[in-house]
This record gives sequence, C-alpha cells and structure tokens, in this order.
Amino acid sequence: MTTAGATHEVAVIPHGPTDVLRHSWVLAKRSLVKTWRTPEGLIDVTLSPIMFTLLFAYIFGGAISGSVQDYLPLLVTGIIGQNIAFASVGIGIQLNADMEKGIFDRFRSLPISRIAPLFGAVLGDVVRYVLLISIMVGTGYALGFRVGTDIWHFLGGVVLAIIFALSLAWGPMLIGLLARSQRAVQGIVFMTLFPLTFASNAFVPTESMPDWLAAFANANPLSHLVQALRALWNDPALGTVAANDGQWQSPVAWTLLWCAIFVAVFAPLAIRAYNRKA
Amino acid sequence: MPSDIAVEADGLVKSFKDTKALKGVSFQVPRGTVLGVLGPNGAGKTTAVRILATLLRPDAGRAIVAGHDVVKHPSEVRKRVGLTGQYASVDEELTGRENLVMIGELLNMRPSIAKGRAAELLDWFDLSEAADKMAKNYSGGMRRRLDLAASLTGHPEIVFLDEPTTGLDPAKREDMWDVVRDIVARGTSVLLTTQYLEEADALADDIVVINHGEVIAHDTAERLKRVVGSQTLRVRPAEPDTGDAVRAILADVATDGAQVDQPRNGEFSVPVRGDAALADVVGRLRAASIEVTELSLMLPSLDEVFFTLTGERNRTAPGASDATEEVDA
Repeated sequence: MTTAGATHEVAVIPHGPTDVLRHSWVLAKRSLVKTWRTPEGLIDVTLSPIMFTLLFAYIFGGAISGSVQDYLPLLVTGIIGQNIAFASVGIGIQLNADMEKGIFDRFRSLPISRIAPLFGAVLGDVVRYVLLISIMVGTGYALGFRVGTDIWHFLGGVVLAIIFALSLAWGPMLIGLLARSQRAVQGIVFMTLFPLTFASNAFVPTESMPDWLAAFANANPLSHLVQALRALWNDPALGTVAANDGQWQSPVAWTLLWCAIFVAVFAPLAIRAYNRKA
Repeated sequence: MPSDIAVEADGLVKSFKDTKALKGVSFQVPRGTVLGVLGPNGAGKTTAVRILATLLRPDAGRAIVAGHDVVKHPSEVRKRVGLTGQYASVDEELTGRENLVMIGELLNMRPSIAKGRAAELLDWFDLSEAADKMAKNYSGGMRRRLDLAASLTGHPEIVFLDEPTTGLDPAKREDMWDVVRDIVARGTSVLLTTQYLEEADALADDIVVINHGEVIAHDTAERLKRVVGSQTLRVRPAEPDTGDAVRAILADVATDGAQVDQPRNGEFSVPVRGDAALADVVGRLRAASIEVTELSLMLPSLDEVFFTLTGERNRTAPGASDATEEVDA
C-alpha cells in the first residue's frame, strides 16, 4: 500500500556487494530500450561503416594494394578499428544529455553506487559494437573478404575489439561529463579521434609515412588493435597483408595493455567528474 | 533513530567560484510538516536542497536528514529521501511506466514489486492512460507528476520539492498543490522551495525566506502575511470628477484608517484587509452610480515580502506572470 513514513514495507532485495552489478544491469537495460526504440541512433554503427568501406575500398584500394580484393583484408579490420573509435562519441553525448536533463541528479539521489550509471552505459553499448562488427564483416564478405583462420581466432578478434571499444569509451565518457554541451563533446572527441584513426595502420601501411609519424602510428593503440585483428583473421599465407605471419600474441597483448591503460586513467577521472558535477 | 526533526540544516555555507550561494543557512523541518523555502532566483534555494539531498557537499555547516548526516552517511540519507527537481528529471525516451519501474529496481525492489509500485503510482498521479507513452510526449504538468511519482517510489520519509510548479499554468499549479497535500496527509515530511508566496502560503506550515544566501525570516505563513501587510484595492473611476466620491468610499474600507494614496494615472489605491472590502466597495460604487474602468484586489507579492523584510526593492524578485527559472547552482 502507499503508506509512507518510517515503516518500509517494501519487498526489497537486501543491499549487498552484488548491488553494483544489478544496478548497472538495470541502467544498461535502459540504454538498450532506448537503442531499440530509436534505431536511427544506430546509423554510426551500421550505415556509416558500410559507406566508409565502399568509399575506401574503391578510392584507395587500387592505389594502396593494387586492387580492391587485395585491399579488403587490410580495410575490413581498419574500418572496424576506425568505427569503434568513432562510435565511442555516442556514449559521451548520451552522458552529457543525461546530465543536462537532470536524469543523473535523479540517479545520484538514489542509494546506488556512483559507478553504476557509468558502468551501465558502457554495458548497454556492447550491443552497438556487436552490431558494428557483424555489419562490417558481412559487408566485407559481400565484397569478397574472407576470414582465413578459424572460428576461434575470429571470435577472439570480436571479443578483443569489444573489450577495446568498452575501454576506449571511458575517454569520451569523461569528456561527456566535463563538456558543457553535446556539440562540444562531439567536437572534442572527433578532434582527438581523427589523428588516432588516420595516423595509424588502419588504412595505409605505416612504412609509407615519414619516420616521426610512423613512430606515432606504430605506438597508436588503434594500430595495435587493427594489427591484432589482422593477425587473428587473415590467412597467414597472405604474407604481406597480414604482415606478421599470423603472430597474434604480441599485438593482442599490446591491445590489452592499452585497454588497461584507458580504464586505469579515464575511469577514475570519469567517476570523479560524475561525483563532482554540481 | 526516530526524531521529531526530519531535516535540520545548521549553518550551511557553500560557494561556487566567486559567488557565495549560501552564507550560513539554518532551519528545521519538524517530522510530518511542510517547510516552504521562499526566495527569488539565485537566493540559494536550489543549492540548499542539493546539499540536503546529498548532491552537493557543503563547504561548512552540518545537515541531518532523516537522522543521518548528509556528509558522513549520504547513502543512509538517500534511502530515506525523494527529490523532485525544478527540471523534471525523467528519461524522456522511456515511457512513464518504464521510468518508475527502473527507479523501483534501482531501489532494490524485486521486479514484480517494482512493477506493482509503478502501477500504483501511475494510478495515483492520473497517469495510467499515458503510462505506456514515451515521457517526451507528456505535457509539462504530466512530466512534473511523473517526476514526483519517481521521487515517491521508495516510500521516502522526506520529499524535497524544488520549485515544483515553476512554469506551470495556474490550473496545473492547483493540481500539484493537491498532490503535495496528499503526500503530506500520508505522513511524509516535505521541504518545498518556491518563488511564490501564494504557494508557500497554500502548502507550508512554516516558511523560511532566504535572499542572497541568508535566512531573512522564519515564520508561519499567517504571521509572515501579517508582517507583510494587507492586500491592496485599486480603483480607476471612469469620470475624473467622481474622484472625490471614490476616495471617500475607499477611505471607509481602508485598514485601520490608512490613507488613500494620491491617484496615479487616475487610479486610487488603498490597503484593505480581507475580500469583504472588495464586495463592499463594489456595492457602494453601484449605489452611488459611479462607473469605474478598473477595479482590482492585489495580494501581497513576493516583492512586497522582500520590501518589508529587507527594506529594499528586490529587483530579481519575479512578478506574478513571470516564470523565469532559477540558475543558481
């Protein structure tokens, strides 16, 4: 009944250490419902990567690899890397909107962990990235791309890409919490992401770059992800394209290290920004 | 632990960069009562509420809410309070029902219980019909009600209402008042901020008036109104030569032999007490066959409260038709 007051006749689950996970899941469900309801919000993980693939394949394919077919093994992995980076702006914008509309105030006035709204947002994004990777691989297949290894290497690559996406997301989340408008979030995130995506091995071999740029590109976290995906997915027999003869352990380790760095640096800052926001 | 005091603010101080939002604000909300925090834009009302609801930490001072210190035990406080901000904080892309179920689940209710509670609240707040529509399609009044429902989901002991009717039209405002009275009747303590004396008068047991981050009065609505003074009756005769007769009629109904003011733009005004004076004047004017082009009874405005309490015209105080929003946080 709707009696208020000191008597709490509410059938509640006792508070405990699993609260964070359960609350994060409740908030992830919120993102999922919204994703489901506004499918046009998925353009950045569906139509845009297809457009990028087609444009890049036919514009750069001949120049970089001699033909579209030879460029595809490079391109499909490169586009996945690029679009994972670009898609991360969405979470920053979402958080900024939540803050502006006062929904975060509601969450902050509830007895839930302060991590839950942020963790829930990241969790809810998994679906977007699964969709992105499926669509990219599908588009690649339609154009003639083939995974040259086996299903386990392929799935390993998918999981690695999603881990990378969820780790990278803490950066745009931090910007989303600090920036004063959604437009600002978009501007700041893209300004950082453009050098990250293009000064990498995603679209062109880094050997063609000047030394200083190649050095940056080789250290670039996105390059490590793309390299790991190529090693996991491409047929080692392709040699020059895979460029590392199927040795995936090292790029995977580097990618995971970068993931750990992203989370270690940006997650505490994002949580702090969330707690401080007046 | 149970106590007779639901909310106790003691010397709260808060600054933002160079502005001092609160300069030592103290007040109490006895359990089961409504405290109205009255003040103009930027007075510090929202800042005080945000501190009490654990969204902001005070720079100095202490606040005990539902028996717990807001700084030392914020999560204990959060379990016992509901907050309704002046900007309706519901998720526009979720339906009303989804919003309430989500809040329930975040309060650790089992899913079936959360659903039941949501249905109960939707019914109470007249939102059952729109329950499965997205909140972005709700009217302003519906959104406020949903927001209020969200803050009541967990049966809070104390509810903070930060300008619950700012921007609502008068009819919707009355609806909201009924809801607030209903909440109080169920035993909940309420702290309400408002820019409208009328609203504080209608709902609050006690009123705290704050301005520039300081409490300038703490009293009951009745006494505050007595301090502020009476209503003002204004009459503008149609024919200037009936002015003396109008003045004589007004002098008769004036409070304690108060003077009739010199006419401004041909309009006479006089302080009166009670609505009866209005009927009285209308009757006498008719008996004397005096035609008037304007006749109005003005309630004391927030501006007058401040004028009386501070002796200075408060330029930031909004007029009756003004629905500006507070941006002091």
